[in-house]
Amino acid sequence: MTTENLLEVEDLVKHFPIKRGILIDREVDQVRAVDGISFSIPRGQTLGLVGESGSGKSTACRAVLQLIKPTSGSIRFEGQEIAGLSRRRMRPLRREMQMIFQDPYASLNPRKRIGQIVGDPLKRQGIASGSDLRKRVQELLVRVGLASEHYNRFPHEFSGGQRQRIGIARALALQPKLVIADEPVSALDVSIQAQIINLLDDLQDEFGLTYLFVAHDIGVVRHISDQIAVMHNGKIVEHGSADQVCERPQDDYTKKLLSAVPIPDPRESRVRRQGSTATS
Amino acid sequence: MSPAPLLSVRDLRVGFATEGGLLQAVDGINFDVRPGEVLAIVGESGSGKSVTAQTIMGLTRSKNARIEGSVMLDGVELVEAPDAELRRLRGDRIGMVFQDPMTSFNPVYRLSKQIGEAMAAHRDDLSKQDMHARAVELFEAVGIPDAARRVDDYPHEFSGGMRQRAMIAMALALEPELLIADEPTTALDVTIQAQILELLGQLNRDRQLATILITHDLGVVAEVADRVLVMYAGRVVEEGSLDEIFYDPQHPYTWGLLGSLTRLDRPRPKRLPQISGTPPSLLDLPTGCSFRPRCPHEFAKCTELPALEERTAESPRHCDRCWLSSEQKREKRQVGGQIGLEAPA
Ligand SMILES: Nc1ncnc2c1ncn2[C@@H]1O[C@H](COP(=O)(O)OP(=O)(O)OP(=O)(O)O)[C@@H](O)[C@H]1O
Ligand SMILES: Nc1ncnc2c1ncn2[C@@H]1O[C@H](COP(=O)(O)OP(=O)(O)O)[C@@H](O)[C@H]1O
Ligand code: SF4
Ligand SMILES: [Mg+2]
Ligand SMILES: [Mg+2]
Repeated sequence: MTTENLLEVEDLVKHFPIKRGILIDREVDQVRAVDGISFSIPRGQTLGLVGESGSGKSTACRAVLQLIKPTSGSIRFEGQEIAGLSRRRMRPLRREMQMIFQDPYASLNPRKRIGQIVGDPLKRQGIASGSDLRKRVQELLVRVGLASEHYNRFPHEFSGGQRQRIGIARALALQPKLVIADEPVSALDVSIQAQIINLLDDLQDEFGLTYLFVAHDIGVVRHISDQIAVMHNGKIVEHGSADQVCERPQDDYTKKLLSAVPIPDPRESRVRRQGSTATS
Repeated sequence: MSPAPLLSVRDLRVGFATEGGLLQAVDGINFDVRPGEVLAIVGESGSGKSVTAQTIMGLTRSKNARIEGSVMLDGVELVEAPDAELRRLRGDRIGMVFQDPMTSFNPVYRLSKQIGEAMAAHRDDLSKQDMHARAVELFEAVGIPDAARRVDDYPHEFSGGMRQRAMIAMALALEPELLIADEPTTALDVTIQAQILELLGQLNRDRQLATILITHDLGVVAEVADRVLVMYAGRVVEEGSLDEIFYDPQHPYTWGLLGSLTRLDRPRPKRLPQISGTPPSLLDLPTGCSFRPRCPHEFAKCTELPALEERTAESPRHCDRCWLSSEQKREKRQVGGQIGLEAPA
């Protein structure tokens, strides 16, 4: 083994019960949101997870982080089994795994100042306080492309892209090893998306971060990922290097997904349209 | 050669009185849409795309709104038209499709009833049976399987993609000449998006429908548009044919948009070219060119507002709003052999 895996997921299952009943809820069926997926991510690398809405991407992320209890399966973080760990035994691991969310606004407390939002995890874990805390938070703000003066401002004073930078600063405050980003740029404008992707790229190089990166935009996922896993109906239908999955897809569903991505090049898309009318 | 414009927008300005002062959401825009033509309007959020579309349909009229300029639909002035007249035109001659079809349908009525009522509001010669039959026909036209049965469903019984089809069906109910679609596929998966775009293209070809398509996705633009309007901070910064915008872009903001695209059919660059900074607040615009604080090519002259002008005699309908000369543009827009802004070091 030359590369060591930071995260290893094996046969992860999460089923949600569908309940019906008048007096007593009876379980009538199950949503197989995640239906037996396995993957691993080498330290310092990025696994991109793509798939249509409802394919189980977010559920998989939340199960890996133990934010929801998996139905079954194994999740090993640095070789240690974490599936089913008690809340108390999970706590020291929490700081090693952080999450970045799609909607930067909904995930920031509107009544707290930026300094508090980013600094609270540091304070709670007893890592820094007082002027040291302030200094660390301000350094982080600058590192993610904000300014140290932003320390005392409130979330509503920021644009979507800036709020996502705040979310990234908060996730990085505890110097995690694994960052799970669930659609971190989907709500942002194209010009701002590129800024955030580049920032995530730089931070990975600088801090040796490992990413699980979820997005429905395959172009963005391919840009940032070393490997890509394609999810469909709770299962991984294809898994390989980013270029291999995008350039030489094997699975029919992956092919269908890729061929639906619009090509931002009128000549190419004309050629493709002619091709498809000729064959149909 | 090309037919006369169906819609002509001239010097359209839309301002809103807000707590922070007058917010000029749309600041003097001009364009035409001809039958059978798809005009795409692109730009970042807040650049005025939706306000433009809503003003055409008379939906921005409110106490705090100030609307100036002219919107002519086939010889009829819409900016000054009475509300009742606009209500008649909406649906009858102008069909509308929005991003979120759920908010456009009433959740408690069956789709057939809602489509029927939309028709009844304009036509009194249709019987209930006629309207039902027409709704089925429309559902078939937009590719909803098992249309005769599904037409009596409630909106929540449809998936997102099917609701969007139903919305298009309703927009087409009275055979409008102009279709305005504001981010119609933004909330949909790519596979469903591809089907909806195919449908819009087909309607546009078969019925000579004039279409305004608002989107922030240049991939979508490349698939369906004939002409493109690039908006920035309430103004048009570039307008041209699809090929002019993609292969001969003149404005640094357009270069930035094109440069920051990810492409699956090309080797990936090490870094994504990015436009630095953020769009300006409409309440606090920079003097001169609005793109100036983010433009890597700005120079002394840029503190004056450039006019929207055509560049060359050969392409008279290709206009942009930038002080650089044509030669400078050709030279500067190439970054690493690609069109795009310089990536920061
Ligand atoms: N708490 C829950 N109870 C019941 N079903 C759920 C629950 N959470 C998720 N699901 C279902 O699990 C499936 C997977 O959902 P998930 O949110 O993981 O999808 P996703 O791939 O993240 O989709 P999107 O791209 O829309 O975010 C869906 O069918 C969803 O409706
Ligand atoms: N009724 C309104 N009152 C005040 N401001 C508005 C109103 N409607 C839109 N705006 C503002 O006008 C600008 C352009 O908005 P919009 O056209 O919706 O942008 P987009 O290009 O994203 O569609 C934004 O700054 C928006 O906040
Ligand atoms: S006018 Fe000046 S600032 Fe504006 S886009 Fe052109 S070069 Fe840049
Ligand atoms: Mg999700
Ligand atoms: Mg809009």
